[in-house]
Amino acid sequence: MAVYSEKVMEHFMNPRNVGEIPDADGVGTVGNPVCGDMMSFYIKVNNGRLSDVKFKTFGCGAAIAVSSMVSEMAQGMSLEEAKQLNRKMVADELDGLPPNKMHCSNLGTEALRKAIEDYETRQAKSSV
Amino acid sequence: MREIYFDHAATTPLLPKVVEAMLPYLKEHWGNPLSLHRFGDRPREAMEKARAQVADLIGAQPREIYFTASGSEANNMAIKGAALMNQKKGEHIVVSAIEHHSMLNSAKTLEKLGFEVTVVPVDEHGLVNPDDIAAAIREDTTLVSVMHANNEIGTIEPIVEIAQALKERSTTRHLPYIHTDAVAAAGILPVDVKELGVDLLSLAGNQFYGPQGAGALFIRKGVRVMPLIDGGIQEGGRRAGTENVAAIVGLGVAAELAKAEREDWERHLIPLRDRLIERLTTEIDHVYLTGHPTLRLPGHVSICVEFIEGESMLLFLSMQGVAVSSGSTCTSRALKASHVLTAIGMPAALAQGSLVFTIGKDNTMEDVDYVMDVLPPIVQRLRQMSPLYKGG
Repeated sequence: MAVYSEKVMEHFMNPRNVGEIPDADGVGTVGNPVCGDMMSFYIKVNNGRLSDVKFKTFGCGAAIAVSSMVSEMAQGMSLEEAKQLNRKMVADELDGLPPNKMHCSNLGTEALRKAIEDYETRQAKSSV
Repeated sequence: MREIYFDHAATTPLLPKVVEAMLPYLKEHWGNPLSLHRFGDRPREAMEKARAQVADLIGAQPREIYFTASGSEANNMAIKGAALMNQKKGEHIVVSAIEHHSMLNSAKTLEKLGFEVTVVPVDEHGLVNPDDIAAAIREDTTLVSVMHANNEIGTIEPIVEIAQALKERSTTRHLPYIHTDAVAAAGILPVDVKELGVDLLSLAGNQFYGPQGAGALFIRKGVRVMPLIDGGIQEGGRRAGTENVAAIVGLGVAAELAKAEREDWERHLIPLRDRLIERLTTEIDHVYLTGHPTLRLPGHVSICVEFIEGESMLLFLSMQGVAVSSGSTCTSRALKASHVLTAIGMPAALAQGSLVFTIGKDNTMEDVDYVMDVLPPIVQRLRQMSPLYKGG
């Protein structure tokens, strides 16, 4: 499909880090199937760094590729670094996305951020 | 790699005889049909022959056929032309909820111009109830439009009964006009304007093995329609612009061939359609047929696959050589969910898993078998990735 870059197609055909983490330290879900895109990110945190990132996605080629790319970029990042990931960075790593698919790249980084927030909320609760 | 085209609703391959007939009008007889000198003679004759061929396909008179560049243009001409021409008699239009965008968006434009539009709902199979149409008619209604067959879900509408219901309402008034968008039906189903009882009918060549760039609007004698494209006197003054003679010639030949072969095509398509429907709904779990189970186009298979999304299925299928379409939000350039699936009450999440296979005369049972070889693993793969699927 000429609409998507080779990199996007690569990540779509061979997505990295697909799956759930049963004992995840944080889970973040964004979107909903009604809109056509839904992503769930699962993270393990070790010493303030993401030691594992997995995802499940319901969505189009761009959604799957973005989830895969975000999970790959985020592996091993510090929580602060990971929170800084924005849609432009993801789209650039994928050699660009069609304009009407840019919102997918936003969704991916949002889901990761939510997973980190979930982790931080749990941390705050357990230290009370 | 095996290439299977299952997207005939988008456009169809040209019949060899169609291409052959068009070439002289690109190579030698390229004159303007309106020219009074010799260079206009052959193009003019060829165009009028095509007009007669199209008329013959739908049981009309040649003078009732107006060539357009597309089915969408014919639709625009019908709804806007009829509404604007008869505005003094009324400003109310009635359409069904599953009309093509060229009808519904035209209706929206008319609303901005002060018209009132009633959108009549359909049932879960996409069928319009003739009584609902009759009930929507008012003294100031000037046009009713219901498509002959729907391109997304394949359902064939009861146009004869709808026209009947309107006639029973009033035998004296000649308004409202009845229009049917037969773009998905002409050349595929039997279409006769007298039997249908319609005043206006749209069709397009690229739906029945003719070229892109040629459509037609049937305007029954006596029906008043305002031209959309003003200018010279082409098409009886109703649609200006130098005609696309080659495409029109192609449309004519396609119409003639369709008239002769339509029944054979139907006989060929129905078993393929039914087999694909049966296999899809029995061999893959959580797959639902959309549209009417029996009152549907002979080559039309539309389903919704639960837990996954249409574009991702489409991409994987394309990589395996299978070309299909989808009504999911992501496949729509406008990023809107299918209004047809919404109108039949399909839950929004399920509508995202839409896949539409439109089979053509050259497809075979082997093509159907091949699809059933490659699709189930694709569905499984995408379901394993989906947060919504709780299976193994």
